[in-house]
Amino acid sequence: MKDDYILNINNLKVSIDDKQVLQGIDLDVKKGEVHAIMGPNGSGKSTLAYSLMGHPSYELDSGEIELDSESIVDLEPHEKAQKGLFLAFQYPMEIPGLQMESFLRSAVSSIKGSEETKDVFEFHRKVLKEMKYLGIDESFADRYVNDGFSGGEKKRAEVLQMLLLQPKLAVMDETDSGLDIDAIKVVAKGVNRLKEKGMSILIITHYQRILDYIHPDRVSVLSGGKILKTAGPELAKELEKTGYKDFVPKKSSLDVKF
Amino acid sequence: MSKEDKFSQDFSEFDSYQFGHHDKVKHIASTGKGISKDVVTKISELKNEPGWMTDIRLKAYEVFEKKPMPSWGPDLREIKFEDFTYFIRSTEKESDQWDDMPKEILETFDKLGIPEAEKKFLAGASAQYESEAVYHKLNEELGKEGVVFLTMDQAVKDEPDLVKKYFGSVIPASDNKFSALNTAVWSGGSFIYVPPGVEVNTPLQTYFRINEEEFGQFERTLIIADKGAKVVYNEGCSAPKWAKSSLHAAVVELVALEDSRIDYQTIQNWYKNIYNLVTKRAKAEKNATVTWLDINVGSRITIKYPSVMMMGEGARGEVQSIAFANEDQLQDSGAKMIHGAPNTTSVVTSKSISKGTGRSSYRGLIKVLKGAKNSSCRVECDALLINEESRTDTYPVMDIAEDETQIAHEASVSKVNEDQIFYLQSRGIPEIEAMKMVVNGFLEPMVKKLPLEYSVEFQRLVELELEGSVG
Repeated sequence: MKDDYILNINNLKVSIDDKQVLQGIDLDVKKGEVHAIMGPNGSGKSTLAYSLMGHPSYELDSGEIELDSESIVDLEPHEKAQKGLFLAFQYPMEIPGLQMESFLRSAVSSIKGSEETKDVFEFHRKVLKEMKYLGIDESFADRYVNDGFSGGEKKRAEVLQMLLLQPKLAVMDETDSGLDIDAIKVVAKGVNRLKEKGMSILIITHYQRILDYIHPDRVSVLSGGKILKTAGPELAKELEKTGYKDFVPKKSSLDVKF
Repeated sequence: MSKEDKFSQDFSEFDSYQFGHHDKVKHIASTGKGISKDVVTKISELKNEPGWMTDIRLKAYEVFEKKPMPSWGPDLREIKFEDFTYFIRSTEKESDQWDDMPKEILETFDKLGIPEAEKKFLAGASAQYESEAVYHKLNEELGKEGVVFLTMDQAVKDEPDLVKKYFGSVIPASDNKFSALNTAVWSGGSFIYVPPGVEVNTPLQTYFRINEEEFGQFERTLIIADKGAKVVYNEGCSAPKWAKSSLHAAVVELVALEDSRIDYQTIQNWYKNIYNLVTKRAKAEKNATVTWLDINVGSRITIKYPSVMMMGEGARGEVQSIAFANEDQLQDSGAKMIHGAPNTTSVVTSKSISKGTGRSSYRGLIKVLKGAKNSSCRVECDALLINEESRTDTYPVMDIAEDETQIAHEASVSKVNEDQIFYLQSRGIPEIEAMKMVVNGFLEPMVKKLPLEYSVEFQRLVELELEGSVG
């Protein structure tokens, strides 16, 4: 049933600087599912994440993306977010001068409606509660968005946003890269809480490590701009042993650097 | 169209200027188009001025004729002096009742929120329309304390000794072509004298409105804070949307005597075709403090470098300057700090934003004279570029003749980047709102230090400047 899926991607082709990076992606994520996308460097993982959210540098050549059975290819990024799509960035942007809490308030009221943030004090309490849950110091509420944050702090802040926004589908773009085990555990804690609430997660990663803490229902291998295999969680374990050598793209080799 | 072009286009020009209407008002008097010795004499006659002021004007006119256009900065050759009208009188005389002026003019000032501001947070207010004030009033209490707040025109008659002593003492007519022009044809502006030890902590304010096109507004402001006195002065201005340009060439002189303090705060919000060429300078005596807050939005070309000459030991000068150069606009602003005595301190903070083909420049002069020992100066200028074609330049000049000084200069240029906007968009925030957040973030460290009524007004202005045909 189509209704069982939160995300359907059909034959998605995407170019950047006139170079086709995604060469026909077919992928779906079921409601409540954790779906891991694994792939070697340069396989198109980040391009997939950015294309889903609609970064202006990525040109959609053809294909269809449906979120909750509704096409989102023609929507602006903020409209996609309002429909329940979330992207946890691999490299979250710094916005000097914009206070974290003020940013969170704008984001939550844009996505969940202004009622959610009308009571400033209640919202503040809610933010502090989630920050505590993720082990983020209270002082971060007053700091500028990602400005001067360490890599780990930025990733925690992404998870904080995810918890406050409660998306239907969270796409996590290599959230584990550059994190130590403790930080990965914190990220996993947040993600698992979302999962318990029935939300879907598309977790994009190079390494199997994070999947020890966030257990995927399915695993797909992305290489050469195509999904080459989809299977159960055992595929991640297998990849850990064998690497990606069995998934070298056959026809077109990619020389795009990421 | 490339993605980069699209990104730029989304924030391309959108005429969101909010005070662009003009009034149909009959002139009581006008000198007609063009400038000549006769026009200068006629302005003086229309004002029934004493001969000494007529002489000052005529001498300045000779200087104006001889002086070349400024050779630095923006090209001013497109200014045709013969196209402007140099003097327009709109009401018989200024009044201390808002209801005395023609209804249309009153509606304009209402729209600008001036009568309301007067009630809420001003100790004195003046409203100049074209060449002269149509409204002027000082809080009675301050009058009893000996505070003088007059239009410059009235001060020539009521306070001739102070005017003779200080008029042109900080900015001589010969300073530059536009100070010469102003001295020749000046009309309106404020005169303030605060007696020794008196503190005027609630601001006095003058609002300048241009209504006609191809008009020249040349107000002249002189503020004297006597020993130990304090005064806060606000200035604002706007003009209608006309196809043809007008010229605004003001001269502002501040005299801060021993231990006094003058805070001068400006928000200029001109329509995009005004030439705004203003000379602002202060002289600070022993232990006196002068601060300039100078916010420039709009205009075709703005040239303005508020200055403080610290001539007495321990004097302090501060300039905070914010400029927004929108499409086709040039904001050439900055500061000049002259350290002429020991232990003098100055701080310059400048923030500029350039959008589209707008270009903003920071032009600064730090001069430390021999003997100004133990002086210190800190300059910080930050520029933000909104599009690929936006430009900014920094021209700091330092002329240090004394070894025992501390000078610090920091400059930064940043660009609003596509990824910042995308990041905010991915959190449900529409593109234009995202842009406003990034720009307000850039201004935040400065805006949070502004007086509340200014920070609110300024953020609103910036948001209007950023409005685009997004969506």
